[in-house]
Amino acid sequence: MSTTTYTQTAGTRARVASPAVTAVKGTPSQTGVWVAVSAIAMSFAALTSALIVREGAGADWHRFVLPRILYLDTIILIASSFTLELSRKRFAAAANPSATASGSASGASTARRSDGLYWLNMTLTLGLLFVVGQVLAWRSLVSQGVFLATGPSSSFFYVLTAMHGLHLLGGVLGLIYVGSRLRRNARNAQNSLGTAAVYWHFMDLLWVYLLMVIAIRM
Amino acid sequence: MSDASAQPEVHHLAPPTGFIRKHVFSLDHKVIGLQYYGLALAAVFIGMVLSWLFRIHLGWATAAIPGLQLFSPNGAPGGLITPEYYLSLLTMHGTIMVFFVLTNAPFAGFGNYFLPIQIGAEDMAFPRFNMMSFWTTFAAFLVMMAAFFVHDGPPISGWTAYATLSSIGKDAGPGEAMGQNLWAVSIALFCIGQLLGSLNFIATTLDLRTKGMTLSRMPISTWAWFITACIGLLAFADLLPACILLILDRTAGTSFFNPAGMVVSDNLQPHSGGSPLLWQHLFWFFGHPEVYIAIIPAFGIVAHILPTFMRKPLLGGMRVLIGCLIAAGFLSYMVWGHHMFVSGMNPYSAILFSVPTLIITIPFTVSTLIFLGSIYGANLRFTSASLFSLGFISVFISGGISGFFLAQPSLDTYLHATYFVVAHFHFVMAVAAIFGIFAGTYFWMPKMIGRMMNEGLGKLHFWLTFIGVYCIFMPMHYLGLAGNVRRYSAFTDNYLIPLIPVHKFITIAALLTGAAQFIFFYNLIHTRWWGVQAPDNPWDATTLEWSTTSPPPFDNFGGRHLVVRQDPYEYSVEGAATDFIMQTATDTIAKH
Repeated sequence: MSTTTYTQTAGTRARVASPAVTAVKGTPSQTGVWVAVSAIAMSFAALTSALIVREGAGADWHRFVLPRILYLDTIILIASSFTLELSRKRFAAAANPSATASGSASGASTARRSDGLYWLNMTLTLGLLFVVGQVLAWRSLVSQGVFLATGPSSSFFYVLTAMHGLHLLGGVLGLIYVGSRLRRNARNAQNSLGTAAVYWHFMDLLWVYLLMVIAIRM
Repeated sequence: MSDASAQPEVHHLAPPTGFIRKHVFSLDHKVIGLQYYGLALAAVFIGMVLSWLFRIHLGWATAAIPGLQLFSPNGAPGGLITPEYYLSLLTMHGTIMVFFVLTNAPFAGFGNYFLPIQIGAEDMAFPRFNMMSFWTTFAAFLVMMAAFFVHDGPPISGWTAYATLSSIGKDAGPGEAMGQNLWAVSIALFCIGQLLGSLNFIATTLDLRTKGMTLSRMPISTWAWFITACIGLLAFADLLPACILLILDRTAGTSFFNPAGMVVSDNLQPHSGGSPLLWQHLFWFFGHPEVYIAIIPAFGIVAHILPTFMRKPLLGGMRVLIGCLIAAGFLSYMVWGHHMFVSGMNPYSAILFSVPTLIITIPFTVSTLIFLGSIYGANLRFTSASLFSLGFISVFISGGISGFFLAQPSLDTYLHATYFVVAHFHFVMAVAAIFGIFAGTYFWMPKMIGRMMNEGLGKLHFWLTFIGVYCIFMPMHYLGLAGNVRRYSAFTDNYLIPLIPVHKFITIAALLTGAAQFIFFYNLIHTRWWGVQAPDNPWDATTLEWSTTSPPPFDNFGGRHLVVRQDPYEYSVEGAATDFIMQTATDTIAKH
């Protein structure tokens, strides 16, 4: 990197050599996903602080029994992060056939790729299972008579879970897209998988955080 | 990763041939930039007409405006504006101007057009997101405009939409039924559009710079758009959930903002325990950074234009100014409470918000001193662009000084609900940003449409506008000190009646200044079709946008991959053949 500090002292700027330099850059999609993750984190930080303010504002904050299925959902989502990492490892190994010890490098590579796709599909299935589980949690609350407008705690519960669920469905769409790129063996498809993984793990982490907020406050 | 892997993201886009892809759903950042600019032009025209309507009402409260009853039979029966309709006009003026003009033009408009070009990129990092960003914003604008045409008109809760006025629905007054719903949906859509835009700006700046374009070689305007994108990313990510909560309170019976036991219009409201202050916190945590989203791009544009017409770099180099803008952006998240000094705040909290508010004046004072110090002794070329840049500095200082007073809770308690605040924010944010837009327009329009704007008309436009805005907003300080409350549709109290002539003066000034803007509209339209062909570099400027044709080709540089070898503002370098050295020039300059 060049250090181009200059002091314009009385217009004395003579001409001497200075080399051209190349800026160090990343891929836009990797940068983009981190930027998106910060924005989403900000949204949920705003909602959480709103929750704390709202809890203190009125005497109408009632706790309710959290549906047990939420904990099962949590395990499912955490598991999906692991399966996604398994998938990434398989694709990374498939991309480096020289690292394999076996004789037929391309055969091993194809096997790893189909393995990778298997774990990617598993991730997708677990992600969708999580969403189904969240809907079941809502139904369980509804059967208890806890609705969106029942009280502030239930309002926040539905808003937080719905917003997280929508973002997670976005992640599902992203994974489906990445999966189709991987199947087509598109250029940079593996980078896309890495990008999608950042988002997916963040959704996982965000849910664990939300569950803690919900469990403590509701 | 090198840019080899980054380029496929944009490279596969061939120049479009169909009309729709070329001009409507275009992926080209230049077309999208012009679309944003055009949307801002339409919005500013509507916002200006709205201000004329309520200014006439403020000067002559009993005067009917002929024909207005056709537009709103309920709001203006017989052409006479009702107090509620006055509030509707005020709300829409503020909303349109802040969101669809001050955010759209200097940031999304010019930023989209020039950020990729100034860093030597072929397009934004995510062209499809970019297109979605504009069309989401456009949809937001249509939804907002729809509020004029629903039964009870636009909302009356101001551009800040304070709960509970905004959150309890139709009992709160006309415009608070469907009008306010449309407002909330529109702003939520707007947030999504801006988030997509900010994402693009950040990724593009970080990853798509051409060879040699280090961060320290980026033009200051690009820096300003980048900083603004970072601010906007967090600010709109806060306003979006706030709007969702507001929509739920209004439509789903929740009580985020609505307290218990409210009786409005003789109806007990079915809510419990909500906090109206919560909305103010969420809103102003967005709202104060939003002020900087409007002003920092204008700062960048002015700091980009001035060296060109001074023929020398800014005092202290770029780093001090960039540092100031970053500091201001950072501090903007710590001062939201100063908008709430009179909302019922613990006095100790008020001090906590007052101190950073005073600290935030330091980077801005340093910035303006850099401008003034740089101009001192410069061989300034007076063009429309440089005049509007100087005008920007003038109005920013005039508006900034009143900020020192408002930053103090004890003074703000008196001044907050008066015209003093109206004067303050119109100078420091609205007029200053508009001057930045005008400066950018006169400077860059030759590049954007390939034709030179008429300088004579531009200078006439500047002087009329410059004198006009001072006539409009300076007297408002006096009105505020005299205790003239804002957001009243008519002044019937004894102590206010003697102030009405001042309002009449302001109204006449506003009408004349508004009329002067037609010179600008005329100049713009005339230039577009009949202007003199613009050369590639009409101002002898140095940055990359002047290294290409006017207007630039689809891929910005005609297949060339530029290599940047110079800092952005190498003017009047001793020993150079010309008094400017392009960023791509192979000359070598010693740095002391």
